[in-house]
Amino acid sequence: MLALAWLLGWASAFAQSAPDSKRSGFDTMSPRIQAMQRDDQQNPGMLWVADGEVLWNKIFGITFSCAHCHGDAKKSMRGVAARYPDWDPIDKKPVDLTQRINLCRTRHQLVLPLPPESEEMLGLEAYVAHQSRGMPMAPSAAKELDAPRERGRQQYEQRIGQLNLSCALCHDKLPGHMLAGATIPQGHVNGYPTYRLEWQGMGSLQRRLRNCLSGVRAEPPPFNSTEMVELELYLAQRSAGLKIETPAVRP
Amino acid sequence: MARTLIHAPTTARKGEVLEIRTLIAHPMETGYRAGADGRTLPRDIIRRFSCRYNGEVVFSADLYPAISANPYLAFNVVADASGSLTFTWEGDNGFAQTESATITVS
Amino acid sequence: MNDRPLFDPSRRDLLAAGLGVGLCVVWRPARALSDELTGALRGFTGGAPTREGKVNFDIAPLVENGNTVPITVTVDNPMTTANHVQAIAVFNEKNPQREVIACKLTPRVGRPVVSTRIRLATTQQLVAVAKLSDGSYWTHTVDVVVTLAACIE
Repeated sequence: MLALAWLLGWASAFAQSAPDSKRSGFDTMSPRIQAMQRDDQQNPGMLWVADGEVLWNKIFGITFSCAHCHGDAKKSMRGVAARYPDWDPIDKKPVDLTQRINLCRTRHQLVLPLPPESEEMLGLEAYVAHQSRGMPMAPSAAKELDAPRERGRQQYEQRIGQLNLSCALCHDKLPGHMLAGATIPQGHVNGYPTYRLEWQGMGSLQRRLRNCLSGVRAEPPPFNSTEMVELELYLAQRSAGLKIETPAVRP
Repeated sequence: MARTLIHAPTTARKGEVLEIRTLIAHPMETGYRAGADGRTLPRDIIRRFSCRYNGEVVFSADLYPAISANPYLAFNVVADASGSLTFTWEGDNGFAQTESATITVS
Repeated sequence: MNDRPLFDPSRRDLLAAGLGVGLCVVWRPARALSDELTGALRGFTGGAPTREGKVNFDIAPLVENGNTVPITVTVDNPMTTANHVQAIAVFNEKNPQREVIACKLTPRVGRPVVSTRIRLATTQQLVAVAKLSDGSYWTHTVDVVVTLAACIE
Protein backbone atom coordinates (compact mmCIF):
# COMPACT_ATOMS: atom_id res chain seq x y z
CA MET A 1 0.00 0.00 0.00
CA LEU A 2 2.74 2.40 1.03
CA ALA A 3 4.88 1.29 -1.92
CA LEU A 4 2.02 1.95 -4.31
CA ALA A 5 1.43 5.40 -2.84
CA TRP A 6 5.15 6.14 -3.10
CA LEU A 7 5.19 4.98 -6.73
CA LEU A 8 2.16 7.12 -7.56
CA GLY A 9 3.76 10.09 -5.86
CA TRP A 10 6.99 9.52 -7.80
CA ALA A 11 5.09 9.18 -11.09
CA SER A 12 3.15 12.37 -10.53
CA ALA A 13 6.37 14.14 -9.61
CA PHE A 14 7.46 13.92 -13.23
CA ALA A 15 4.28 15.46 -14.63
CA GLN A 16 5.17 18.73 -16.34
CA SER A 17 1.73 20.29 -16.70
CA ALA A 18 -1.03 21.10 -14.22
CA PRO A 19 -2.21 18.10 -12.16
CA ASP A 20 -4.50 15.70 -14.04
CA SER A 21 -7.03 15.64 -11.25
CA LYS A 22 -7.56 19.18 -10.04
CA ARG A 23 -8.20 19.43 -6.35
CA SER A 24 -9.13 22.61 -4.58
CA GLY A 25 -7.07 23.68 -1.58
CA PHE A 26 -10.24 23.01 0.40
CA ASP A 27 -9.49 19.28 0.20
CA THR A 28 -6.11 19.56 1.94
CA MET A 29 -7.55 21.33 4.98
CA SER A 30 -8.59 19.68 8.24
CA PRO A 31 -12.33 19.12 8.85
CA ARG A 32 -12.35 21.95 11.42
CA ILE A 33 -11.15 24.54 8.92
CA GLN A 34 -13.38 23.09 6.21
CA ALA A 35 -16.33 23.60 8.56
CA MET A 36 -15.23 27.22 9.05
CA GLN A 37 -15.50 27.82 5.32
CA ARG A 38 -18.66 25.83 4.74
CA ASP A 39 -20.85 27.60 7.29
CA ASP A 40 -21.68 31.13 6.14
CA GLN A 41 -22.27 32.19 9.71
CA GLN A 42 -18.84 30.99 10.81
CA ASN A 43 -16.90 32.03 7.70
CA PRO A 44 -15.07 35.28 8.56
CA GLY A 45 -14.86 36.09 4.83
CA MET A 46 -18.61 36.66 4.88
CA LEU A 47 -17.99 39.81 6.95
CA TRP A 48 -16.31 41.27 3.88
CA VAL A 49 -19.05 40.01 1.58
CA ALA A 50 -21.55 41.81 3.80
CA ASP A 51 -19.43 44.98 3.60
CA GLY A 52 -19.26 44.60 -0.16
CA GLU A 53 -23.04 44.46 -0.43
CA VAL A 54 -23.26 47.80 1.37
CA LEU A 55 -20.61 49.31 -0.91
CA TRP A 56 -22.37 47.94 -4.00
CA ASN A 57 -25.38 50.06 -3.12
CA LYS A 58 -23.43 53.08 -1.93
CA ILE A 59 -23.28 56.28 -3.95
CA PHE A 60 -19.64 57.23 -4.23
CA GLY A 61 -18.78 60.85 -4.83
CA ILE A 62 -21.43 62.75 -6.73
CA THR A 63 -22.39 60.14 -9.27
CA PHE A 64 -24.01 56.78 -8.64
CA SER A 65 -23.65 53.33 -7.09
CA CYS A 66 -22.67 50.05 -8.74
CA ALA A 67 -26.32 49.03 -8.39
CA HIS A 68 -27.41 51.98 -10.54
CA CYS A 69 -25.97 50.32 -13.68
CA HIS A 70 -25.66 46.70 -12.60
CA GLY A 71 -28.82 46.30 -10.57
CA ASP A 72 -29.08 43.26 -8.37
CA ALA A 73 -25.59 41.77 -8.17
CA LYS A 74 -27.02 38.31 -7.56
CA LYS A 75 -28.19 38.33 -11.16
CA SER A 76 -25.84 40.68 -12.98
CA MET A 77 -22.60 39.53 -11.41
CA ARG A 78 -23.28 35.82 -11.62
CA GLY A 79 -20.51 34.27 -13.72
CA VAL A 80 -18.39 37.41 -13.85
CA ALA A 81 -15.64 36.32 -11.48
CA ALA A 82 -15.53 32.96 -13.26
CA ARG A 83 -14.07 34.48 -16.41
CA TYR A 84 -11.65 36.98 -14.91
CA PRO A 85 -8.90 38.10 -15.61
CA ASP A 86 -10.37 39.35 -18.87
CA TRP A 87 -9.30 41.59 -21.74
CA ASP A 88 -9.94 45.31 -21.45
CA PRO A 89 -10.46 46.60 -25.01
CA ILE A 90 -9.95 50.25 -24.09
CA ASP A 91 -6.59 49.98 -22.34
CA LYS A 92 -5.76 46.92 -24.47
CA LYS A 93 -4.44 44.73 -21.69
CA PRO A 94 -5.65 41.95 -19.39
CA VAL A 95 -7.24 43.12 -16.14
CA ASP A 96 -8.21 41.20 -13.03
CA LEU A 97 -11.42 41.74 -11.08
CA THR A 98 -10.01 44.42 -8.76
CA GLN A 99 -8.70 46.38 -11.71
CA ARG A 100 -12.06 46.02 -13.46
CA ILE A 101 -13.83 47.39 -10.38
CA ASN A 102 -11.46 50.35 -10.34
CA LEU A 103 -11.98 50.94 -14.08
CA CYS A 104 -15.72 51.16 -13.42
CA ARG A 105 -15.00 53.67 -10.67
CA THR A 106 -12.70 55.89 -12.74
CA ARG A 107 -14.46 55.62 -16.10
CA HIS A 108 -18.11 55.55 -15.09
CA GLN A 109 -18.53 56.54 -11.46
CA LEU A 110 -15.91 59.30 -11.83
CA VAL A 111 -14.33 58.61 -8.46
CA LEU A 112 -10.81 57.72 -7.38
CA PRO A 113 -9.73 54.10 -7.65
CA LEU A 114 -9.62 52.07 -4.43
CA PRO A 115 -6.07 51.22 -3.25
CA PRO A 116 -5.01 47.57 -3.56
CA GLU A 117 -5.87 45.46 -0.50
CA SER A 118 -8.00 48.25 0.97
CA GLU A 119 -10.94 47.02 3.03
CA GLU A 120 -13.40 48.56 0.56
CA MET A 121 -11.79 46.90 -2.44
CA LEU A 122 -11.66 43.52 -0.68
CA GLY A 123 -15.29 43.90 0.32
CA LEU A 124 -16.45 44.77 -3.20
CA GLU A 125 -14.31 42.09 -4.82
CA ALA A 126 -15.53 39.49 -2.31
CA TYR A 127 -19.14 40.48 -2.89
CA VAL A 128 -18.84 40.31 -6.69
CA ALA A 129 -16.87 37.04 -6.73
CA HIS A 130 -19.24 35.53 -4.16
CA GLN A 131 -22.07 35.79 -6.71
CA SER A 132 -20.23 33.17 -8.77
CA ARG A 133 -19.80 30.77 -5.86
CA GLY A 134 -20.45 27.21 -6.95
CA MET A 135 -19.84 27.98 -10.63
CA PRO A 136 -16.82 26.45 -12.34
CA MET A 137 -13.96 28.77 -13.23
CA ALA A 138 -14.31 29.42 -16.98
CA PRO A 139 -11.58 31.79 -18.18
CA SER A 140 -12.40 34.22 -20.96
CA ALA A 141 -11.70 32.88 -24.45
CA ALA A 142 -10.64 36.28 -25.87
CA LYS A 143 -7.81 35.63 -28.34
CA GLU A 144 -5.91 38.69 -27.14
CA LEU A 145 -5.32 36.90 -23.82
CA ASP A 146 -3.35 34.05 -25.39
CA ALA A 147 0.04 35.77 -25.47
CA PRO A 148 -0.20 37.32 -21.96
CA ARG A 149 -1.38 33.96 -20.58
CA GLU A 150 1.60 32.21 -22.17
CA ARG A 151 3.91 34.75 -20.52
CA GLY A 152 2.16 33.97 -17.24
CA ARG A 153 2.81 30.27 -17.76
CA GLN A 154 6.48 30.94 -18.36
CA GLN A 155 6.63 32.90 -15.10
CA TYR A 156 4.95 29.99 -13.33
CA GLU A 157 7.65 27.59 -14.52
CA GLN A 158 10.60 29.95 -14.07
CA ARG A 159 12.89 29.31 -11.10
CA ILE A 160 13.28 32.52 -9.09
CA GLY A 161 14.52 33.88 -5.81
CA GLN A 162 17.39 32.98 -3.51
CA LEU A 163 15.83 29.56 -3.01
CA ASN A 164 15.73 29.15 -6.79
CA LEU A 165 12.30 27.57 -6.86
CA SER A 166 9.50 27.83 -9.38
CA CYS A 167 5.77 27.64 -8.67
CA ALA A 168 5.63 24.45 -10.75
CA LEU A 169 8.19 22.64 -8.59
CA CYS A 170 6.00 22.70 -5.48
CA HIS A 171 2.50 23.00 -6.87
CA ASP A 172 2.71 20.78 -9.96
CA LYS A 173 5.26 18.22 -8.79
CA LEU A 174 4.78 18.03 -5.03
CA PRO A 175 1.20 18.73 -3.98
CA GLY A 176 0.24 16.53 -1.05
CA HIS A 177 3.77 16.55 0.32
CA MET A 178 4.66 18.49 3.47
CA LEU A 179 6.46 21.81 3.71
CA ALA A 180 7.26 22.19 7.41
CA GLY A 181 3.87 21.60 9.08
CA ALA A 182 1.78 22.51 6.05
CA THR A 183 0.50 20.29 3.26
CA ILE A 184 1.48 21.67 -0.16
CA PRO A 185 -1.74 22.34 -2.11
CA GLN A 186 -2.04 22.33 -5.88
CA GLY A 187 -2.18 26.12 -5.63
CA HIS A 188 -5.52 26.83 -7.27
CA VAL A 189 -7.12 30.22 -7.29
CA ASN A 190 -10.81 29.36 -7.05
CA GLY A 191 -11.43 31.00 -3.67
CA TYR A 192 -10.20 34.57 -3.94
CA PRO A 193 -10.44 36.93 -2.17
CA THR A 194 -9.65 34.52 0.62
CA TYR A 195 -9.73 34.72 4.41
CA ARG A 196 -6.29 33.44 5.26
CA LEU A 197 -5.80 32.27 8.87
CA GLU A 198 -2.20 33.51 8.75
CA TRP A 199 -3.41 37.03 7.90
CA GLN A 200 -6.40 36.86 10.24
CA GLY A 201 -8.02 38.81 7.46
CA MET A 202 -9.10 38.92 3.86
CA GLY A 203 -6.66 39.19 0.98
CA SER A 204 -6.51 39.07 -2.78
CA LEU A 205 -4.69 36.59 -5.00
CA GLN A 206 -1.95 39.13 -5.59
CA ARG A 207 -1.31 39.38 -1.86
CA ARG A 208 -1.05 35.60 -1.63
CA LEU A 209 1.32 35.45 -4.60
CA ARG A 210 3.52 38.06 -2.93
CA ASN A 211 3.67 35.78 0.14
CA CYS A 212 4.87 32.91 -2.06
CA LEU A 213 7.43 35.15 -3.74
CA SER A 214 8.74 36.33 -0.37
CA GLY A 215 8.81 32.67 0.63
CA VAL A 216 11.31 31.83 -2.09
CA ARG A 217 13.20 35.05 -1.34
CA ALA A 218 12.32 36.72 -4.60
CA GLU A 219 11.37 40.37 -4.92
CA PRO A 220 7.62 40.57 -5.38
CA PRO A 221 6.55 42.76 -8.32
CA PRO A 222 4.35 45.75 -7.42
CA PHE A 223 0.60 45.33 -7.08
CA ASN A 224 -1.16 45.39 -10.45
CA SER A 225 2.07 45.16 -12.42
CA THR A 226 1.90 43.45 -15.82
CA GLU A 227 3.71 40.35 -14.53
CA MET A 228 1.26 39.95 -11.65
CA VAL A 229 -1.80 40.10 -13.88
CA GLU A 230 -0.27 37.76 -16.48
CA LEU A 231 0.50 35.25 -13.75
CA GLU A 232 -3.08 35.57 -12.45
CA LEU A 233 -4.28 34.99 -16.01
CA TYR A 234 -2.35 31.74 -16.30
CA LEU A 235 -3.43 30.60 -12.82
CA ALA A 236 -7.08 31.15 -13.68
CA GLN A 237 -6.68 28.94 -16.75
CA ARG A 238 -4.86 26.35 -14.64
CA SER A 239 -7.80 26.28 -12.22
CA ALA A 240 -10.42 26.10 -14.96
CA GLY A 241 -13.27 23.80 -14.01
CA LEU A 242 -12.84 24.12 -10.25
CA LYS A 243 -15.86 25.57 -8.50
CA ILE A 244 -15.50 29.05 -7.12
CA GLU A 245 -15.51 29.09 -3.31
CA THR A 246 -15.29 32.80 -2.55
CA PRO A 247 -14.93 33.62 0.26
CA ALA A 248 -12.63 30.67 0.86
CA VAL A 249 -10.85 30.06 4.17
CA ARG A 250 -7.26 28.88 3.91
CA PRO A 251 -4.39 28.37 6.40
CA MET B 1 -19.98 50.23 13.59
CA ALA B 2 -18.19 46.93 13.01
CA ARG B 3 -19.74 44.37 10.70
CA THR B 4 -21.34 41.46 12.60
CA LEU B 5 -22.79 38.12 11.55
CA ILE B 6 -25.19 36.55 14.01
CA HIS B 7 -26.89 33.19 13.80
CA ALA B 8 -29.83 33.14 16.19
CA PRO B 9 -33.01 31.24 15.35
CA THR B 10 -36.08 33.49 15.07
CA THR B 11 -38.55 30.85 16.21
CA ALA B 12 -38.25 27.99 18.71
CA ARG B 13 -40.26 25.58 20.84
CA LYS B 14 -40.31 26.29 24.56
CA GLY B 15 -37.42 24.57 26.27
CA GLU B 16 -35.46 24.05 23.06
CA VAL B 17 -31.72 24.63 23.38
CA LEU B 18 -30.59 27.03 20.64
CA GLU B 19 -27.10 27.44 19.27
CA ILE B 20 -26.08 31.07 18.96
CA ARG B 21 -23.12 31.92 16.72
CA THR B 22 -21.62 35.40 16.63
CA LEU B 23 -18.88 36.89 14.50
CA ILE B 24 -17.69 40.50 14.63
CA ALA B 25 -15.09 42.29 12.48
CA HIS B 26 -12.32 43.54 14.77
CA PRO B 27 -8.51 43.38 14.47
CA MET B 28 -7.94 42.34 18.12
CA GLU B 29 -4.55 44.04 18.16
CA THR B 30 -2.72 42.20 20.94
CA GLY B 31 -0.49 44.95 22.28
CA TYR B 32 2.52 42.65 21.83
CA ARG B 33 3.13 43.15 18.12
CA ALA B 34 5.70 45.57 16.69
CA GLY B 35 4.66 47.87 13.88
CA ALA B 36 6.68 48.68 10.76
CA ASP B 37 8.68 51.27 12.71
CA GLY B 38 9.64 48.73 15.39
CA ARG B 39 7.51 50.30 18.12
CA THR B 40 4.92 48.13 19.83
CA LEU B 41 1.42 48.69 18.51
CA PRO B 42 -0.92 49.55 21.38
CA ARG B 43 -3.49 46.98 22.45
CA ASP B 44 -6.91 47.34 20.85
CA ILE B 45 -9.15 44.41 21.62
CA ILE B 46 -12.73 43.57 22.46
CA ARG B 47 -12.60 42.81 26.17
CA ARG B 48 -16.12 41.74 26.97
CA PHE B 49 -19.07 40.07 25.31
CA SER B 50 -22.48 39.61 26.86
CA CYS B 51 -25.75 38.08 25.71
CA ARG B 52 -28.97 39.28 27.32
CA TYR B 53 -32.24 37.43 26.96
CA ASN B 54 -35.16 39.78 27.66
CA GLY B 55 -32.79 42.02 29.59
CA GLU B 56 -31.12 39.40 31.77
CA VAL B 57 -27.51 38.40 31.13
CA VAL B 58 -27.48 34.68 30.33
CA PHE B 59 -23.94 34.35 28.98
CA SER B 60 -20.91 36.58 29.08
CA ALA B 61 -17.23 36.27 28.30
CA ASP B 62 -14.03 38.17 29.04
CA LEU B 63 -11.82 38.12 25.97
CA TYR B 64 -8.04 38.48 26.00
CA PRO B 65 -5.42 39.18 23.28
CA ALA B 66 -5.22 35.42 22.65
CA ILE B 67 -8.59 35.55 20.91
CA SER B 68 -8.10 35.70 17.14
CA ALA B 69 -9.04 38.70 15.05
CA ASN B 70 -12.69 38.87 13.96
CA PRO B 71 -13.76 37.10 17.16
CA TYR B 72 -16.09 34.16 16.78
CA LEU B 73 -18.11 33.07 19.79
CA ALA B 74 -20.67 30.27 19.83
CA PHE B 75 -22.72 29.26 22.85
CA ASN B 76 -26.20 27.99 23.76
CA VAL B 77 -29.36 29.55 25.12
CA VAL B 78 -32.60 27.87 26.26
CA ALA B 79 -35.66 29.27 24.46
CA ASP B 80 -37.93 29.95 27.43
CA ALA B 81 -39.93 33.04 26.36
CA SER B 82 -40.56 35.20 23.31
CA GLY B 83 -38.67 38.46 23.26
CA SER B 84 -35.26 39.72 22.34
CA LEU B 85 -31.71 38.56 22.48
CA THR B 86 -29.17 41.38 22.66
CA PHE B 87 -25.48 40.94 22.05
CA THR B 88 -23.02 43.52 23.35
CA TRP B 89 -19.32 43.82 22.60
CA GLU B 90 -17.17 46.26 24.59
CA GLY B 91 -13.49 46.94 24.35
CA ASP B 92 -10.49 49.24 24.21
CA ASN B 93 -10.70 52.78 22.87
CA GLY B 94 -14.34 53.00 23.86
CA PHE B 95 -15.46 50.25 21.53
CA ALA B 96 -19.07 49.41 22.23
CA GLN B 97 -21.59 47.74 19.93
CA THR B 98 -24.95 46.10 20.48
CA GLU B 99 -26.96 43.98 18.07
CA SER B 100 -30.38 42.45 18.66
CA ALA B 101 -32.39 39.52 17.45
CA THR B 102 -36.02 38.74 18.16
CA ILE B 103 -37.19 35.31 19.07
CA THR B 104 -40.70 33.87 19.08
CA VAL B 105 -41.16 30.94 21.41
CA SER B 106 -44.24 28.74 21.13
CA MET C 1 14.80 21.47 -17.49
CA ASN C 2 17.52 20.83 -14.90
CA ASP C 3 15.98 18.36 -12.46
CA ARG C 4 18.00 19.06 -9.33
CA PRO C 5 16.68 17.69 -6.05
CA LEU C 6 14.17 20.10 -4.59
CA PHE C 7 15.87 20.49 -1.20
CA ASP C 8 19.43 19.60 -0.45
CA PRO C 9 19.76 16.67 1.93
CA SER C 10 20.75 18.75 4.98
CA ARG C 11 17.66 20.94 4.71
CA ARG C 12 15.38 17.96 4.12
CA ASP C 13 16.85 16.18 7.12
CA LEU C 14 16.28 19.21 9.30
CA LEU C 15 12.66 19.47 8.17
CA ALA C 16 12.04 15.76 8.74
CA ALA C 17 13.67 15.93 12.16
CA GLY C 18 11.56 18.92 13.08
CA LEU C 19 8.35 17.23 12.05
CA GLY C 20 9.48 14.04 13.79
CA VAL C 21 9.94 15.91 17.05
CA GLY C 22 6.55 17.53 16.54
CA LEU C 23 4.88 14.16 16.04
CA CYS C 24 6.56 12.80 19.20
CA VAL C 25 5.03 15.64 21.19
CA VAL C 26 1.59 14.90 19.75
CA TRP C 27 1.59 11.18 20.53
CA ARG C 28 3.10 11.05 23.98
CA PRO C 29 0.67 10.93 26.93
CA ALA C 30 -0.19 14.35 28.44
CA ARG C 31 2.58 15.57 30.70
CA ALA C 32 2.07 17.10 34.13
CA LEU C 33 0.71 20.62 34.24
CA SER C 34 3.49 23.18 33.75
CA ASP C 35 4.24 25.77 36.44
CA GLU C 36 2.83 28.61 34.34
CA LEU C 37 -0.51 26.85 33.99
CA THR C 38 -0.60 25.79 37.65
CA GLY C 39 -0.19 29.44 38.63
CA ALA C 40 -2.86 30.63 36.19
CA LEU C 41 -5.30 27.98 37.46
CA ARG C 42 -4.65 28.97 41.07
CA GLY C 43 -5.54 32.55 40.19
CA PHE C 44 -8.85 31.36 38.74
CA THR C 45 -9.77 28.89 41.50
CA GLY C 46 -8.41 30.88 44.44
CA GLY C 47 -6.44 27.85 45.52
CA ALA C 48 -9.38 25.40 45.49
CA PRO C 49 -8.47 21.88 44.31
CA THR C 50 -9.05 20.93 40.68
CA ARG C 51 -9.77 17.53 39.19
CA GLU C 52 -9.33 16.20 35.65
CA GLY C 53 -12.64 15.20 34.11
CA LYS C 54 -16.10 16.32 32.97
CA VAL C 55 -14.47 18.87 30.65
CA ASN C 56 -13.63 18.15 27.01
CA PHE C 57 -11.21 20.59 25.37
CA ASP C 58 -11.50 20.01 21.63
CA ILE C 59 -8.54 21.43 19.69
CA ALA C 60 -6.43 20.09 16.82
CA PRO C 61 -3.23 18.43 18.12
CA LEU C 62 -1.34 19.87 15.13
CA VAL C 63 -2.82 23.21 14.14
CA GLU C 64 -3.04 24.44 10.56
CA ASN C 65 -2.10 27.95 11.62
CA GLY C 66 -1.35 29.30 15.09
CA ASN C 67 -3.02 32.63 14.34
CA THR C 68 -6.53 31.20 14.17
CA VAL C 69 -7.14 27.93 16.01
CA PRO C 70 -10.77 26.80 16.43
CA ILE C 71 -11.52 25.42 19.91
CA THR C 72 -14.61 24.02 21.60
CA VAL C 73 -14.92 23.41 25.34
CA THR C 74 -17.77 21.12 26.43
CA VAL C 75 -18.70 20.24 30.01
CA ASP C 76 -20.63 17.14 31.00
CA ASN C 77 -23.32 18.78 33.14
CA PRO C 78 -27.17 18.98 33.13
CA MET C 79 -27.29 22.80 33.56
CA THR C 80 -30.15 22.74 36.06
CA THR C 81 -30.60 25.43 38.69
CA ALA C 82 -29.30 22.99 41.30
CA ASN C 83 -26.35 21.74 39.27
CA HIS C 84 -24.87 23.89 36.54
CA VAL C 85 -21.61 25.25 35.16
CA GLN C 86 -20.93 28.76 36.43
CA ALA C 87 -17.75 29.51 34.51
CA ILE C 88 -15.47 28.14 31.81
CA ALA C 89 -11.95 29.49 31.31
CA VAL C 90 -9.00 28.62 29.11
CA PHE C 91 -5.34 29.26 29.95
CA ASN C 92 -2.19 28.88 27.86
CA GLU C 93 1.42 28.18 28.71
CA LYS C 94 3.60 30.14 26.30
CA ASN C 95 1.73 33.12 24.89
CA PRO C 96 2.75 36.56 26.26
CA GLN C 97 -0.07 36.27 28.79
CA ARG C 98 -1.79 33.24 30.30
CA GLU C 99 -5.48 34.09 29.90
CA VAL C 100 -7.33 33.18 26.73
CA ILE C 101 -11.03 33.51 27.61
CA ALA C 102 -13.18 33.43 30.72
CA CYS C 103 -16.93 32.83 30.31
CA LYS C 104 -19.76 33.13 32.82
CA LEU C 105 -22.74 30.83 32.32
CA THR C 106 -26.21 30.66 33.85
CA PRO C 107 -28.69 27.75 33.86
CA ARG C 108 -30.46 29.52 30.97
CA VAL C 109 -27.55 28.51 28.76
CA GLY C 110 -28.93 25.00 28.57
CA ARG C 111 -25.88 23.25 27.18
CA PRO C 112 -22.41 24.15 28.50
CA VAL C 113 -20.52 24.37 25.21
CA VAL C 114 -18.39 27.32 24.11
CA SER C 115 -16.56 27.69 20.78
CA THR C 116 -14.14 30.34 19.69
CA ARG C 117 -10.89 30.85 17.76
CA ILE C 118 -7.62 31.53 19.54
CA ARG C 119 -4.04 32.53 18.87
CA LEU C 120 -1.18 30.26 19.84
CA ALA C 121 2.33 31.68 19.72
CA THR C 122 4.09 28.33 19.71
CA THR C 123 3.81 24.65 20.59
CA GLN C 124 2.50 24.53 24.17
CA GLN C 125 0.17 23.15 26.77
CA LEU C 126 -3.33 24.54 27.35
CA VAL C 127 -5.92 23.92 30.05
CA ALA C 128 -9.69 24.39 30.06
CA VAL C 129 -11.30 24.68 33.51
CA ALA C 130 -14.97 24.64 34.51
CA LYS C 131 -16.39 25.87 37.80
CA LEU C 132 -19.58 24.11 38.87
CA SER C 133 -22.33 25.50 41.08
CA ASP C 134 -21.24 23.17 43.88
CA GLY C 135 -17.90 24.96 44.01
CA SER C 136 -15.87 22.18 42.38
CA TYR C 137 -13.37 22.80 39.57
CA TRP C 138 -12.78 20.39 36.69
CA THR C 139 -10.04 20.56 34.07
CA HIS C 140 -8.84 19.12 30.78
CA THR C 141 -5.24 19.67 29.70
CA VAL C 142 -4.05 19.41 26.09
CA ASP C 143 -0.72 19.63 24.26
CA VAL C 144 -0.77 21.38 20.91
CA VAL C 145 1.88 21.57 18.18
CA VAL C 146 2.10 24.87 16.35
CA THR C 147 4.27 25.47 13.28
CA LEU C 148 4.86 28.66 11.33
CA ALA C 149 3.11 29.09 8.01
CA ALA C 150 5.33 28.18 5.06
CA CYS C 151 4.79 31.40 3.12
CA ILE C 152 4.33 34.65 5.01
CA GLU C 153 4.46 38.35 4.02
